Amino acid sequence: MTVHWTAIYVLWRREMIRFFRAKSRIFGSLAMPVFFLGFLGLGFRRMPVPGMGEGTGYIGFLVPGIIGMTMLFSSSMQGMSLLWDREFGFLKEIMVAPVGRVSLVLGRVAGGATTSMIQGLLILGASLLMGFRLPGPGAVAFGLVFMLLIAFTFIGLGLVFASRMKDMQGFGIVMNFVIFPFFFLSGALTPLENFPWFVRALSYADPLTYGVDGLRAVLIGRSSLPVAVDLAVMVGFSLVMLFLGTWFFEKSEGI
Amino acid sequence: MDAIRVDGLVKTFDGFTAVDGISFAVAEGELFGLLGPNGAGKTTTINMLATLLRPTSGRASVAGFDVAADRDDVRKSIGVVFQEPALDGKLTGRENLEFHTMMYGLGKAERARRIDEVLALVELADKAGTLVEKYSGGMKRRLEIARGLTHRPKVLFLDEPTLGLDAQTRRHIWEYIRKLNKEGGVTIILTTHYMEEADYLCGRIAIMDHGKFVAMDVPSRLKDTLGGDVVSLELDGDSTAFREALGREDWIKRSKLHEDVLSLTMERGERRIPELVMLAREKGVTVNGVNLRKPSLEDVFLHFTGRTIREQEASPSDRNRAMMMGHGGRGRRPH
Repeated sequence: MTVHWTAIYVLWRREMIRFFRAKSRIFGSLAMPVFFLGFLGLGFRRMPVPGMGEGTGYIGFLVPGIIGMTMLFSSSMQGMSLLWDREFGFLKEIMVAPVGRVSLVLGRVAGGATTSMIQGLLILGASLLMGFRLPGPGAVAFGLVFMLLIAFTFIGLGLVFASRMKDMQGFGIVMNFVIFPFFFLSGALTPLENFPWFVRALSYADPLTYGVDGLRAVLIGRSSLPVAVDLAVMVGFSLVMLFLGTWFFEKSEGI
Repeated sequence: MDAIRVDGLVKTFDGFTAVDGISFAVAEGELFGLLGPNGAGKTTTINMLATLLRPTSGRASVAGFDVAADRDDVRKSIGVVFQEPALDGKLTGRENLEFHTMMYGLGKAERARRIDEVLALVELADKAGTLVEKYSGGMKRRLEIARGLTHRPKVLFLDEPTLGLDAQTRRHIWEYIRKLNKEGGVTIILTTHYMEEADYLCGRIAIMDHGKFVAMDVPSRLKDTLGGDVVSLELDGDSTAFREALGREDWIKRSKLHEDVLSLTMERGERRIPELVMLAREKGVTVNGVNLRKPSLEDVFLHFTGRTIREQEASPSDRNRAMMMGHGGRGRRPH
């Protein structure tokens, strides 16, 4: 298996051009996390967060969650952008190219991860306006690693779904019945400790739980699991999801 | 070596057979046409040869490589111009071509040179910086054809290359396809449901209907199967004696009198006209007008399928066939 670096680069560049050309799309996709951050952050700012120890306000608890949310939505959308390419016919152009399928996936992952990272960082910037304090540069860098792992995981998941669907009709179903549950189960907005045991069991099957928990560990220094566990689980999830995404993409017919 | 070799190729979609066991070979440098109405299975055939669909059964090879086993080698050897636009509307024309040439691994200098060349060829050089979503249907088509040529493929697939284009652009593209085939030596497979296009361009034609080949030959020989040309004579006066005399000539295959027009079927009609006019004068009939009609591929299609292409497309069951194969639905067609 050969890796086609030029192909990966050109697929990445296409995403960049499209991303920066669609200014309204950037604002649109950032509106929801900004609203969540603003309204929940203001509304609950005096509430103590159980299980997080003294001194952690709701804003501190919320910011890693909203960054995780931004990464979740932008990455799964990126993975599923395959569907748009199919709808507009461009997928055929990609599929007949003499480029290994793995490189096609890597190009898409590179582009999707970059645009998701940009959005996640914009939200991190917005949270500073809400009074969120950044930890040291080392911790921020570690946070970027968690963001990247969340992106890989959900781009892979998006690819799995998009490879299995022939048209856009399943898209809303996936968003409502897969992506939103991942979001709410992750404890991005509410502490897992408050969930009944059977909901918490589901939460521990949700990759985003570990991503958000890891982000909390490195950004605010408080988490429900050890950061090493979060990291190991996220590395595992991202590898498995990227593998599955590639597998399903390779098996799908090109049109 | 044959550029394309197809043996018993079948494609079914959920129990519906789109391509039903076709076999053919295309020699290197040939310009081969697949002619048939929408839903006949032309596009499905092309998609299998271009590695976009996996054959349900049967074998096919392109440039010596198996379309199922050596997909990457096939992809390296071919260029495809799809029936429906396969362009990124959010990129400019030039960016679309850059994307393509980079995917095909062309070097930087060659990329720039080839892109300028093909843009000039399809007369889009001044629109190269415009977003493709702002292009008209004809411009998109031209850009797509240009793109199929940038990487100099050995085998070029053109799926309805001139669909929805105005007559002038169509002529233009015909000339270019011919030149590419004659001078560039590129093997070309094109699908069309325009008779005159297949007739004008193709060295050999397969007529496809309901997933099967109903005939395959050079256009002139396909037309010959109809028994030749139709010569119509507009007569004045009593033609009984003339017609009796004609009845004794064995080169006249069929004869039909409708009001004062006598239609005769024969081979090489243009060479028989003087003889016919002379004979008419001998028998005391005035010939007021002569019309020679060469059989068209439309007649050939009618002969082999019992329907004209137009009738075929009008029938609702065939529209369903087209929809099931992903075209015709949701207004995605370029015209």
